[in-house]
Amino acid sequence: MSDREILRVENLKKSFPITKGILFKKEVGSVNAVNGINLTLNEGETLGLVGESGCGKSTAGRAILRLLEPTAGSVHFEGHDITKMSRHDLVPLRSRMQMIFQDPFSSLNPRHTVGSIISAPYAVQGIKPEGGVKNAVRETMERVGLNPEHYNRYPNEFSGGQRQRIGIARAVTLKPKFIVCDEPVSALDVSIQAQVINLLQDLQDEFGIAYLFVAHDLSVVRQISNRVAVMYLGYIVEQAARDDLYSHPYHPYTHALLSAVPVPDPKLEAKRERIVLRGDLPSSINLPSGCVFSTRCWKATDKCRTEMPELLELVPGHAVACHYPITESLGSDLITGPDSGFVEQPDRVVPPPSEVLQSLQGGRASRPKGIDYAEGEEPF
Amino acid sequence: MTFLSVKDLQVSFQTEDGLVQAVDGVTFDLEKGKTLAIVGESGSGKSVTAQAIMGLHTGRGVKIAGEVNLDGTDLIAASDSTLRSMRGNSMAMIFQDPFASLHPFYRIGNQLGEAVTAHRKVSKKEARAEALRMLNKVGIPNAEQRIDDYPHQLSGGMRQRVMIAMALINGPELLIADEPTTALDVTVQAQILELLSELQAEFNTAIILITHDLGIVADMADEIVVMYGGRIVERAGLHELFYRPQMPYTVGLLSSVPRLDSAGSRLLSIGGQPPSLINPPSGCVFHPRCAAMNADSESRCKGERPDLRDVGEGHMVRCHLNEEERTAFATKRLAEVFTGE
Repeated sequence: MSDREILRVENLKKSFPITKGILFKKEVGSVNAVNGINLTLNEGETLGLVGESGCGKSTAGRAILRLLEPTAGSVHFEGHDITKMSRHDLVPLRSRMQMIFQDPFSSLNPRHTVGSIISAPYAVQGIKPEGGVKNAVRETMERVGLNPEHYNRYPNEFSGGQRQRIGIARAVTLKPKFIVCDEPVSALDVSIQAQVINLLQDLQDEFGIAYLFVAHDLSVVRQISNRVAVMYLGYIVEQAARDDLYSHPYHPYTHALLSAVPVPDPKLEAKRERIVLRGDLPSSINLPSGCVFSTRCWKATDKCRTEMPELLELVPGHAVACHYPITESLGSDLITGPDSGFVEQPDRVVPPPSEVLQSLQGGRASRPKGIDYAEGEEPF
Repeated sequence: MTFLSVKDLQVSFQTEDGLVQAVDGVTFDLEKGKTLAIVGESGSGKSVTAQAIMGLHTGRGVKIAGEVNLDGTDLIAASDSTLRSMRGNSMAMIFQDPFASLHPFYRIGNQLGEAVTAHRKVSKKEARAEALRMLNKVGIPNAEQRIDDYPHQLSGGMRQRVMIAMALINGPELLIADEPTTALDVTVQAQILELLSELQAEFNTAIILITHDLGIVADMADEIVVMYGGRIVERAGLHELFYRPQMPYTVGLLSSVPRLDSAGSRLLSIGGQPPSLINPPSGCVFHPRCAAMNADSESRCKGERPDLRDVGEGHMVRCHLNEEERTAFATKRLAEVFTGE
């Protein structure tokens, strides 16, 4: 990770018109999916974009890559304003910004072989790699943990996890600097999720790729991100460095989200108090007046219902859009129950840290970094 | 007498590619008011087990053997009409996708009312009143108006509430919830799980909860069955399973999930892919992915099918390793996860 800024998104908006009539289409309203978000991303950094379905996180990811035309705002990638570029001028930049999709089934053409899917970026960009396309593709396949001998197979011959590796191979073929990952592990089984997360982290270390990691799973986002932005109804309501956000969330919505995620630990689960939000997400056609969260917020006052709070830095690097940010309680209370701060459970099988440290120094076989084996030969 | 007892359940499907042994020798008991969680990855046989209990596998090519005893009735041997009178009445099921499980052409009030009139001799008016009472119970706001909505007019969370209302409208003693919150957002999931617990406490329902999310298991379950490749590989009480896991697969699952309460260090993934059910690996089905297998046990792990053994306090494990080896592996793996690097 370096301090060099690679992406700057300013006041990005995307709305979809709702039309009526057949011959003479008349705009009668719009779905306001993204309502002016600001983001920056440094080289080799991961920004997690979390929120529930319908909060605009995927739309934001697509609008940033101009897979959707933004309604307003600007996106600067490596200093170029890509919102005003023509499609033609954009093509060379596309090799440096890529996307990994959620669904490993519908995002691969079933009639193309794995080889032709992964080599497509070379053809599109007119790049001839040293040693030939086929060799380069085989190298990439090996790099993401696929067997290069499967070059001529079709996507349907692979499992979900392996297909996701094909999608990742296609995205990293041209060594991009920036990838939007749209829910890349949510369609995968638990044991396969971990493999793919590790692969994404290794590729980042190796090539210095910056990720915009769009996901709804707060545990996955905590695992992979350096910074996290929480979205609600098209707005960023809170943004902070990862550990700040999880240990000191200020926005009530972030509190509710964190408290709602079940933790795989029965004793903690029994202690935790869940903030259960009443009601459903309001429609993004008629956004609530004032703070968009006010209809479900237990702290909302008249001010919240009339005045839209701005996203302001409460402490350096930690911004929140709320009139009454919660400062008195800790994120650890939400995650591990009140007044615990994650204490060791007495009869947990975990030995004291000193012993663990010894056993680690005593030679935990160092794992070859970089390869996540797909075929079952991983030595753990 | 136990309320629900499943003994040596076998389900196989004849397919073009060969015989798929989807469930192989599943055995467990469940008492009223308790929740049993079945955990496993896709293809582990957890949903097939549930559907077999409900008698939902019919047609050619399906073979079911074993015993499922619900409060004195053998469900495997039961006739279709007996099963039909029990489904939706003394046992009910909630499915993962609430949109696919509601009829798009009928108002939700009519669908709920039909569930009542199918099992009870009541007038349409009474059935509608019952439907309304249930919609209120599951927390549908403005139920008087919403009762005449079509499913597409409701949000995902609301639809799942309607599904729960429909499943519980006749006061079933057994409720099978197959990934009831997988399609929902976390805040809605929290609402639905809370609702299920409340209703369970009120009606003393036995719940079989099928899920892949260990967080939900920690929140809801009393007892847990871990399935892999169609078999139970571990069965234990809630705390026993989370704090003293024995089977290397369970340990692998616990250590490979990203956790909200710890961050950063590299995840310890389970390598490899889930097994084929047509040609399952020889010996222990998990051995190709098992990191705990050692030189001593290797020949047995690869050659012999391990039995499900009781290792004390009703904790059952299907593994060739001895207790010392299993505990050492679990301790080392989980220590790496909990402390980070």
